[in-house]
Amino acid sequence: MNAPAYNFAYLDEQTKRMIRRAILKAIAIPGYQVPFASREMPMPYGWGTGGVQVTAAILGPADVLKVIDQGSDDTTNAISIRKFFAKTAGVATTTATDDATVIQTRHRIPETALHANQVLVYQVPIPEPLRFLEPRETETRRMHALAEYGLMHVKLYEDIARFGHIATAYAYPVKVNARYVMDPSPTPKFDNPKMDDCPALQLFGAGREKRIYAIPPYTKVVSLDFEDHPFEPYRFNAPCALCAAENSYLDEIVTDDKGSRMFVCSDTDYCESRQAAGHHGSLSAAPYKEKAGSHG
Amino acid sequence: MADPDMRENDEPLLVATSLSKSFGRIAACRDVSFALYPGEVLAIVGESGSGKSTLLQLLSGQLAASGGHVSYRMRDGVARDLATLGEAERRFLFRTDWGFVHQDPAQGLRMAVSAGANVGERLMAVGWNHYGRIRDTASDWLTRVEIDVARIDDAPRTYSGGMRQRLQIARNLVTEPRLVFMDEPTGGLDVSVQARLLDLLRSLVAELHLAVIIVTHDLAVARLLSHRVMVMKGGRVIETGLTDQVLDDPREPYTQLLVSSILPP
Amino acid sequence: MTAMIDIADAKKTFTMHLQGGIELPVVSGVTFQVNPGECVVLSGPSGAGKSSILKMIFGNYRCDSGRIGIRHRGALIDLAAAEPRQVLNVRRSTIGYVSQFLRAVPRVATIDVVAEPLIAGGMARADARARAGELLHRLNIPERLWQLPPATFSGGEQQRVNIARGFISDLPILLLDEPTASLDAANRTVVVALVAEKKRQGVAMVAIVHDDEIRHLIADRIVDVTSFAAAA
Repeated sequence: MNAPAYNFAYLDEQTKRMIRRAILKAIAIPGYQVPFASREMPMPYGWGTGGVQVTAAILGPADVLKVIDQGSDDTTNAISIRKFFAKTAGVATTTATDDATVIQTRHRIPETALHANQVLVYQVPIPEPLRFLEPRETETRRMHALAEYGLMHVKLYEDIARFGHIATAYAYPVKVNARYVMDPSPTPKFDNPKMDDCPALQLFGAGREKRIYAIPPYTKVVSLDFEDHPFEPYRFNAPCALCAAENSYLDEIVTDDKGSRMFVCSDTDYCESRQAAGHHGSLSAAPYKEKAGSHG
Repeated sequence: MADPDMRENDEPLLVATSLSKSFGRIAACRDVSFALYPGEVLAIVGESGSGKSTLLQLLSGQLAASGGHVSYRMRDGVARDLATLGEAERRFLFRTDWGFVHQDPAQGLRMAVSAGANVGERLMAVGWNHYGRIRDTASDWLTRVEIDVARIDDAPRTYSGGMRQRLQIARNLVTEPRLVFMDEPTGGLDVSVQARLLDLLRSLVAELHLAVIIVTHDLAVARLLSHRVMVMKGGRVIETGLTDQVLDDPREPYTQLLVSSILPP
Repeated sequence: MTAMIDIADAKKTFTMHLQGGIELPVVSGVTFQVNPGECVVLSGPSGAGKSSILKMIFGNYRCDSGRIGIRHRGALIDLAAAEPRQVLNVRRSTIGYVSQFLRAVPRVATIDVVAEPLIAGGMARADARARAGELLHRLNIPERLWQLPPATFSGGEQQRVNIARGFISDLPILLLDEPTASLDAANRTVVVALVAEKKRQGVAMVAIVHDDEIRHLIADRIVDVTSFAAAA
């Protein structure tokens, strides 16, 4: 295929300008969903078309791009988006969180603390936190405009009534800059505290729903809760089986058909860097390495 | 309850002045004026198409009047013209100081959300942030409207018609509003269920010293609940007065017709 | 002495629009006064307008002209020209009405039906119920019926519940429409005693009583309404 046939980063410059205007507005009104003219992308909805458009609009030739899917750099989705921009923009890509200037993510925030001069781009399926309780868009927009958020607590109330605690484990609603209630996309609530006072710029793109919203650097982001049922980030009982990390988000991996399983970091870059630095978990012994070796 | 004397000299809660509304060439409501006082129950009666539901929407600020205005005395004692209220203020009023009981409970309830959350929503909307207290208050209100507290976590779609209507009332009264609008609240119910609901409404209205504007075509409902009635026909108020006066001593031909159309009890 | 009720030249006509607008004169030129502690009995044949006059005094029927003066909280109010809420206030704190038939809400227990006027007047529920109980006792309504709604009671029982409800409050004016109509001798005696007690408390009463004996026992003065009817 002939790379020069594409404009830089696939989208035409007019479209990028339009998206940048939406992004600037979103940054100016933290947490507010800005409508934008979402384009058809060469991938189906649900594969990150919103995030890809935001990334395309902000990417410059000097940027270093990292793409993760549920924390992992090497799933089909992450790889194809990374390749997409390598081909259409010719930008450098990386899997190392620290080295990236733009990180597009599907549903995770990296474990490594983000720094200023980084932009985290979220892929968002449904941007409206009130949607499942109030189906009318006219009504939800009015509720945002008037900061009528009692309904959001109705959802949390229902959780406690049904399960005895707030059972919402992902897409846990937050209030941004003490004004707008926002859906942080289906990230695990484990990641919610990382959004608060974060040095990096966070951008959210919903392609199908045609909305962009943002959390500017160092913005207050509070997870909603009740006084007597305060927000609690998810805690894991055991450390990562590979790198022994105590405070990272773990994935369950089924290792055979007899019910064996292991819990490992969902953030593959974080886990690998720790292992490289000499941290070892209970299952990072020789037999596992052998398997990994045979696989490669 | 306050000394009755206090009520004699108080100020009206809501005042309608020359309210009119036309839809194109059709005048749905013409030149309606009245004052409603705290604790007073006003029934608007008339046949379908008489303009009573339009009037209710005008009074509750859901419809802009073509002429005239409605003023409401806010909790701070200041009377405000509804038309000058911002949308935020108007909606806040609707969640706190006002209630609206719809004929169809599905319009006034969130059918897929538990009864407890239905009642608690208004509290959460005004900033209640303690689950335990919200739930206790919701339980208390379910009891007051004679719903078994064991049903608190069930969604109203599993409730009978009468229970739904009682739940809708609890949902409206939990913020202790001073004014409740009711649109045919007993409309879709069986006669026996109606009687129970009316009885409940009657005692709640008296206990909470609620002002109520109730639209009904059922004169028996008007007699049981209201202090005062307005009879509407063709968008106009043709007769008004004390409920028993109007029903026992009707003056207008149309009112006499309405009254004579009731089957004897 | 200042009259509690002062009616002057009151007139009432029904216009029957459904019968071609015919005018049905009821009473006119109604003029009489009732003083505190006095029981005035209206007399006259059926259809002479006795009940209508009672309803005019209660504000239930509107007057075409004339004045229905009521001493309410120390001041004379013309009920014929009063605002609806004034009429309600007068009923709440000045005029009680014992009608012939009990009109109660279904489902409400007898004891609460009787206690309601006191509770509406501000008395604590427990105290109001205690007084309601005393009165029901006097009127020979057995205690086992108190928690039941009166709708299922016999005519005489309902009438006694109605009397209890009417006599329980301390209103300065009472209107009695055939209070003893369906009562046996024993209960009639109780009602006569209740009326006498009200008189001693200074209550002004207007009554319609067909029973000559009872009328004789309670009436301080008899107003013949025939003259008002004839004048119509």
